[in-house]
Amino acid sequence: MSKTKTVKKSDFWERNKKTHGYLLEKTIWKYTYRVIRALLLFGLCFLILQPLINKLSVSFMKQDDLYDATVIAIPRNFTLGNYRLIDELINYWKCMWNSLWIALLISCLQVIACTLVGYGFARFRFPFKNLWFACVILVIIVPPQTILTSLYLNFSSFDVFGIFNLVLKRKLNLIGSMTPYVLMCMTCMGLKNGLYIYMLRQYFRGVPKELEEAAYVDGCGNFQTFVRIMLPDAKAMITSCFLFAFVWQWTDSFYTKLFLGDKQVLTKGLNSIAGRLDNYVQRQGWGTFAAEAFLQQMISTGVLMAIAPLILLYLFAQKGFVESLSQTGIKM
Amino acid sequence: MKARKPRNLRRRNAIAGYLFISPFIIGFVAFMLKPMAETLYLSLCNVSVSTNSASTFDATLITSLKDTNYYRALLVVPQYKDLLMNTLSKMALQVPAILVFSFFIALLLNQEFKGRGFVRAIFFLPVILSSGVLIGLETNNILMSGMKDVIAESSGADITGALEEILRSSGVSQKIMEPVFEIIDVVYDVALASGIQIVIFLSGLQTVSPSMYEAAKMEGCTAWESFWKITFPLVSSMILVNLVYSVVDFFMRTDNEVMDFITKKITPGMDYGMGSAMAWIYFMIVAVILGILAAIISKKVYYYE
Repeated sequence: MSKTKTVKKSDFWERNKKTHGYLLEKTIWKYTYRVIRALLLFGLCFLILQPLINKLSVSFMKQDDLYDATVIAIPRNFTLGNYRLIDELINYWKCMWNSLWIALLISCLQVIACTLVGYGFARFRFPFKNLWFACVILVIIVPPQTILTSLYLNFSSFDVFGIFNLVLKRKLNLIGSMTPYVLMCMTCMGLKNGLYIYMLRQYFRGVPKELEEAAYVDGCGNFQTFVRIMLPDAKAMITSCFLFAFVWQWTDSFYTKLFLGDKQVLTKGLNSIAGRLDNYVQRQGWGTFAAEAFLQQMISTGVLMAIAPLILLYLFAQKGFVESLSQTGIKM
Repeated sequence: MKARKPRNLRRRNAIAGYLFISPFIIGFVAFMLKPMAETLYLSLCNVSVSTNSASTFDATLITSLKDTNYYRALLVVPQYKDLLMNTLSKMALQVPAILVFSFFIALLLNQEFKGRGFVRAIFFLPVILSSGVLIGLETNNILMSGMKDVIAESSGADITGALEEILRSSGVSQKIMEPVFEIIDVVYDVALASGIQIVIFLSGLQTVSPSMYEAAKMEGCTAWESFWKITFPLVSSMILVNLVYSVVDFFMRTDNEVMDFITKKITPGMDYGMGSAMAWIYFMIVAVILGILAAIISKKVYYYE
């Protein structure tokens, strides 16, 4: 073993001599580059992970540790009480269950609608196609706040061409139910749906046309071709869109506040931690308001608990997610 | 009969296409075009709210086209103007930083090394961490920033601070270094905001065929040259996409001050007319900026086909 090593080593120096030092120089450069790259990546990874790690360590601390200057990262009095308190304050499991099924339902609807539309834009030629696609771009860049007011008013007295007015003698108030949001998602107007349409269209454009032509020749209709040929092919891209939709829906507060006002979901729970903690403190007779440090500690714990399912999902789907996105070679 | 067939096929194709995109058309007309027109109308009207019931949103809006002062008034509201200027100047700094950073990281992550999958996973984590409600909770977390200070003090090594000090005293002119410091200060924000951009650049980099680099190497190209002659032009279309995405994302973030201001004006403030006018001005500015940037960049984009 050692013999081969020495042989190799001398070999290296000999070869180095033959190249007049070029080999040595190159090897040194190669390794310095690797070290620098490793350091840089490590630093940046640390930068991204550090807030998470901070939150994790804070969430395990007892309140005394927060004021103890000698405790920095590792809690002295280890406790799971914070997690229990959050569960008590925002009813964690119920919130999570609500968040879960809402996010699943919404993201499924969004992805189905966007896939259809994306395919339509990628493969068919029809009049005014460019105009409609410009509308997709418009959807991407219009801030939802712009249309907030009138959306709200529209849904509080909802009507389709006066049909409900005619039949029921009144307009429907859909605020407080999930119907408006479901309707919007089915018609590609949900959160960032323009982006999904764009991504899927780019993907479908890159698939060779011959595949479909073969299907047509064999007697498939348009829709059958889409379901049997194109969908299995686009699985990776659709999965990524689904994951985006799921994550963004999970953490969204804008549409949730607007349309799902009465549903207890995690984002709402997170926003209400401050008020509920004050109530809790009053009930315990500790004072009228929760101390700032205590409040921040609870919020950190809450955030951790809220994103824990996402992180789990991410860990499982990460490989497929990252690789699929980067290997489909979306031609934008 | 034979002559009619192509036209028939085209028509069938068009019908199928419209069927496929029909969800979008319905949604666009009902939930985008109509509300947009209405808010435009609101912003031009004198809006007052008649609260005939306790609940805020059962209220009906009374509009009259008499007084259309909102736009003129907005130019005077100093707070909004300041917010706008702030946001714009922040964008001018942050978007280029995001683009450069994500491009650089994508280049690194595209290379072969041990633990690449793991590092990639960490860099895409911000897609989760910087979305929706989380970023709003993050911005005013006093405890965390306090903790950072404690760590910096106790270890006695605030590296960036020390470096800043050295650079300042070394005689290099302040004006040159100031933007650099600003970028360093926001590097965490930049890293958080560039998750998706890294993915898009990576996907672009992976479409470049390795044989091209091989050929260049054979011809005696250095890595530096092949970067500028091969990599850069081939992913330039991705730069355009990322630019558009970054600008839109920057303006639409939930922690964006202007967005916050508008939402507050409308929801608790119930100042519908003013809010609509603000939202429209904001939207117009975003659209104009995006249009100009896209027009400039898309001229330089190289399409390989």
